[in-house]
Amino acid sequence: MSDVAVVSNDSPLAIEGKSPRELAWARLSRDKFALVAIGVIVTYLLVAALAPVICSVLGISPYALDGDALNDYGLPKGAFGGISTEHWLGVEPGTGRDIFARLIYGARASLLVGVLATFLTTAIGLVIGVVAGYKRGWVDSVIGRFMDVTLAFPSFLLIIALTRPFTQRLESLGVPEGNPARMTYIILVLATFGWVYVARVVRGQTLSLREREFVEAAKASGATSRHIIFKQLLPNLWAPVIVIVSLSLPGYVATESTLSFLGLGLMQPAASWGVMLGDSVRYYRADPTYLFIPGVALIVLVMAFNLVGDAIRDALDPKTDRQNLL
Amino acid sequence: MFMFIVRRIFFALVLLLAVSFFTYMLFAMLPSDPAALTCGKNCKPDVIAANRVRLGYDKSLMEQYWLFLKGIFAGRDYGTGAAAFSCSAPSLGYSFGQHECVTTLIAQTFPVTAYLSIGAFILWMLIGVSTGAVAALHKGKWQDRAASIFTSIGVSLPTFYIGLLVLFSVVIWLRILPFPSYESPFDNFPTFLRTMILPWLVLAVLSAASYTRLTRNGMLEAMNEDFVRLGVAKGLTTRLILRRYVMRQALVPIVTIAGLDFAGLLGGAIITESVFSLPGMGKMSIRAVVESDLPVLVGTTMVAAVFIVTANVLVDIAYGYLDPRVRVK
Repeated sequence: MSDVAVVSNDSPLAIEGKSPRELAWARLSRDKFALVAIGVIVTYLLVAALAPVICSVLGISPYALDGDALNDYGLPKGAFGGISTEHWLGVEPGTGRDIFARLIYGARASLLVGVLATFLTTAIGLVIGVVAGYKRGWVDSVIGRFMDVTLAFPSFLLIIALTRPFTQRLESLGVPEGNPARMTYIILVLATFGWVYVARVVRGQTLSLREREFVEAAKASGATSRHIIFKQLLPNLWAPVIVIVSLSLPGYVATESTLSFLGLGLMQPAASWGVMLGDSVRYYRADPTYLFIPGVALIVLVMAFNLVGDAIRDALDPKTDRQNLL
Repeated sequence: MFMFIVRRIFFALVLLLAVSFFTYMLFAMLPSDPAALTCGKNCKPDVIAANRVRLGYDKSLMEQYWLFLKGIFAGRDYGTGAAAFSCSAPSLGYSFGQHECVTTLIAQTFPVTAYLSIGAFILWMLIGVSTGAVAALHKGKWQDRAASIFTSIGVSLPTFYIGLLVLFSVVIWLRILPFPSYESPFDNFPTFLRTMILPWLVLAVLSAASYTRLTRNGMLEAMNEDFVRLGVAKGLTTRLILRRYVMRQALVPIVTIAGLDFAGLLGGAIITESVFSLPGMGKMSIRAVVESDLPVLVGTTMVAAVFIVTANVLVDIAYGYLDPRVRVK
């Protein structure tokens, strides 16, 4: 079959219009880096979800102390932080807890904070952004000023400064004491400062969407604002939102580890990568291996999310395949 | 343009007033009693009561906020008689933790943060914009791919972790540099440089990554604009087109984000300062958090907010100059 036959109209292979979604998917599945990164993320999610199963199969626990794996100075026996067939990634200095078990339990904590914070941020930002963009007028102005004030705050400083009092407040409101309260605080505070970035993008998109024919048609047939916002506008906003989600999730995972590292996030004996990093710094001289394990785990996950986010953004951008003039 | 600037500045002042109100109320509503923290654990109740009156914590919240605002413009006196002391304008309150006016503390720590921010900022703009430009000019070639790998890695590395690894490897494992101990550049310039070089580099390289992408994408976008097509058709040299048209257009979003990032740093590079033990505003804030030193926290939050809001105004004005289309609207 010649090339001409392929494009002729009566051939079974006639050119068919592809939806933007199909085009984006085709571009994404050509991107090998992105596919590997998706594989990495899926692996992390599975390992995190199955952490208790994996631990019981291997007979390890993130909390069990193992004095036999430590020498007289409380440091791991053997090279590279006590890596052995029993402890795949060595043991924690001082306690002898299994680092592999703590690492996969740490993935749970880090991913939980990241996913919930992203979900909350996106949900709030999406609703506020759509409402501001659709309603315009005074609603938009009020929301806009509110966003200006939120953006004027030095967010990281406030996140740190308000940790203790707000965690106490949460505990007095009935959130279980300790790590659950700390985790709730981190998720809430990240959403408090994060929604603005989502809302800004969504508002801009909504402003252009609301002028389109399908919205006009809905209005003409007597649809309520509520129907237009939730049934007409929101389904059309998935593309920018998916990009924001995949790029903000790694940021939240990294922030959780930073806070835990500073002693303001999760606390021992809970396992999170930030907790492990904060702990490993104390042994950087005697046990440098311990310093690298949680750090590498964190960086690989964050990088995978960023790669996927970039790939999705490129895939959704109709200008990606364009040739340049210069 | 003039009216635009005036309006922006007026709006910025209103915004700062709102931020000051929210900040003051937020910290005032915390459960800790600032007066009880003015002296150690074995403090007599009457001393606490006296301090409460002296620092104005006995008044209503609105009254306290008013005194705080007044202090910024008129300075503030605390107490009467022999125990009296005063913080001259602009007063941001008095730190009971460090027995010093907050403004004085900020004045002491701000230069460190400023040196760190300015040095890192210059480095990262140089690295980010140049690698981004190289990537854009060699789109799809190995330079572009290298830049994209640099970007993906750079934006994914958490500052605190990389800072620690760099500190440990250079200072402790390889012993190339001595342990950082900050000294003012006017007292001991070589020590200053030796201390600042690592934080500058870490901050610059990690922050440069996103600017590489921004520059690359901005330039590629600009290269597709009609005015570039016109330039090519007119027979202008590629060099001229790049400099006059492409870079100018690509710079607009970079200026916006650079301004805000720089302002954010000036408010205290909390993580970098903590990792490299630099006595800047960020490190002071961390200490204030640990000690529940509320006046210091309110003060640093306000100073940081001033930087952010000022940067916003400057960015808006710069926008007008860089992109004539903004002025027309």
